Amino acid sequence: MKTDYLILALKNLKHRGIRSWLTLLGIFIGITAVVSLIGLGAGLQAAVGAQFGISSTQVISVKAGGLSSFGPPGSGAVNKLTIDDADAIDGLSSVETAFPRILSSSKIEFNNIVELGMSMSTPGGKNRKLSYEILDLEVETGRMLKDGDVNKVVLGYNFWKDGNVFRRMIVPGKSVLVQDKKFIVVGTLKKTGSLVFDSMVLMNEEPLRDLMDYGDDVDVIGVKVRSEDVMDRAKEDIEKLMRKRRDVKIGKEDFEVSTPDSMMDTVNSVLGGVQAFIIIIASISILVGALGIVNTMTTSVLERRKEIGIMKAIGAKNSQIFMQFFFESGMLGLMGGIVGSIFGTLVSILGVIGINNFLGAELSPVIDFILIGGALTGSFIIGAVAGIVPAMNAAKQNPVEALRG
Amino acid sequence: MSDDKKEVIRLRDVCKHYPMGDSVVKALNHLEFKVFEGEFVAIMGPSGSGKSTAMNLVGSLDMPTFGTVYLDGKDISEFSESDLAQVRGQKIGFIFQSFNLIPNLTVKENVMLPMMFQGTSIEEREDKAEELLNLVELDERMEHYPGEISGGQMQRVAIARSLANDPEVLLADEPTGNLDTKTGAIIMEFLEKMNREGKTIIMVTHDPELAEKYADVVYWLRDGNLEKVTKRSGKRFIDITKKKTGTKKVQA
Repeated sequence: MKTDYLILALKNLKHRGIRSWLTLLGIFIGITAVVSLIGLGAGLQAAVGAQFGISSTQVISVKAGGLSSFGPPGSGAVNKLTIDDADAIDGLSSVETAFPRILSSSKIEFNNIVELGMSMSTPGGKNRKLSYEILDLEVETGRMLKDGDVNKVVLGYNFWKDGNVFRRMIVPGKSVLVQDKKFIVVGTLKKTGSLVFDSMVLMNEEPLRDLMDYGDDVDVIGVKVRSEDVMDRAKEDIEKLMRKRRDVKIGKEDFEVSTPDSMMDTVNSVLGGVQAFIIIIASISILVGALGIVNTMTTSVLERRKEIGIMKAIGAKNSQIFMQFFFESGMLGLMGGIVGSIFGTLVSILGVIGINNFLGAELSPVIDFILIGGALTGSFIIGAVAGIVPAMNAAKQNPVEALRG
Repeated sequence: MSDDKKEVIRLRDVCKHYPMGDSVVKALNHLEFKVFEGEFVAIMGPSGSGKSTAMNLVGSLDMPTFGTVYLDGKDISEFSESDLAQVRGQKIGFIFQSFNLIPNLTVKENVMLPMMFQGTSIEEREDKAEELLNLVELDERMEHYPGEISGGQMQRVAIARSLANDPEVLLADEPTGNLDTKTGAIIMEFLEKMNREGKTIIMVTHDPELAEKYADVVYWLRDGNLEKVTKRSGKRFIDITKKKTGTKKVQA
């Protein structure tokens, strides 16, 4: 019996052609937005994570000020961290190693073109390799810096690739001016996907400290904990230590200790806001779509009064007339859901391909059948609910008047 | 009348009044109407005579303002809406002047539809529809849509549809009204054939010749009143009107 209603509903919808398609537009747009958004979720997270330079390695970073300060992390703070802070953190039992790092905006000149970039220090000794791992930095050409490199720099991907800001390719061996001082390029980095890191100038800590006249100041302290299990404890230890060293009370911290998890939380809350916004838009679209279905079904009941009369004359009960219109309305919703799911999946696949190309990431598109199943069920229900009132109107038509048309 | 035959439909002192603004339109007054199993009955009258109203009441599509309609001896006002729909679907097959096929269903699906409302299985419906379309000689057109076939063919589909649930009564409202004489004659032959095979036929028409050519009993309506009832007796029709006050009143 149910399949009979479905077949009848499909026939009627097909018969109405373009009008059916226009009706399901609202549901279609809404479902497309929801399916593509959720499908893209993981990709978006990775994309934003890359922009923020969030590493997969379990490392804590400590900076002065908060995320609210502009410019490179920590550099906008009034009360800066110092080398001594880094040494003190290094001495904590839960910490394996801690290293200071400075970041500074700097002028870079090559081929008579001056650009503003970001210089970042790399620590020496055992922490050098770790510092690269944290930011997923690898060389594309040439080599990384090593201890004792004084007038040497490694440049980000954007300076190396064709058609870069300097209009000439910089290959290892060329020299560039950083803050008017001459440095020899020993290597260039692979693409990271982050605009900041791809425009980075890496040099050893001492030369950068001298160049920028930094004294003992530090922008960021990178911390590797003894094991991932003590991550939370290490974070607390560092916070306690820093409160004491900087003489601030709990809740009044002028520094920030962030773990990859906490940074990802920040990213997720931003993404969550964006997603909530899109979901609101999608909901409005679905609501408008549902009203469109109410409208179409109401019109349809009026247009098909004669048909309703005929069906009643040949033995249809009110409940059977109701079911027919109810299913028809549900099918309108479901078709919107089907088309929306297909489009949404396509959009998320294209989005993932786009993110992969842009960031050089290797995300694989995920087709979430539970999500699609949910979207289809939901759209059928929305359509059916929208059809309840028109279907009731259809069912209660007086057969004699309905037959008159 | 033959008492050994089963009474299929009976209208007892039925009136149908419609409110129209402040006044009341008396579409039908004190109609007495009886149909026995296997009869071919015509309800005859010009337009405005109340014959359509009578048909709606006979077909239990409408309820009388006063009086009682009995279907198989049961008062239809005692049925619930859904029971009445079921009974209507099982006992009465409708044939309309304008065919009233559902345009977006194929010929075969149109014939299957009344059986769907009775909950018949799809296989059974298909078999029966094919059998009935074979009967009305339209088995070649089964997968066509109503818009693709002629008026006469549409009316044959409607006859097949009316027979779908094997009803006792076929109720035909001006079945030849939209057809040319020749096609109309074919339709009437089908109805006559059904009647010979035992179906009770009630036909509404404005054409006295048609009524007297095919029917056994003719109810003559005029201005909402029953003017007379005539019955075939050999080659002639004799007046068998029961004289009763009110039924002979003729309005100006």
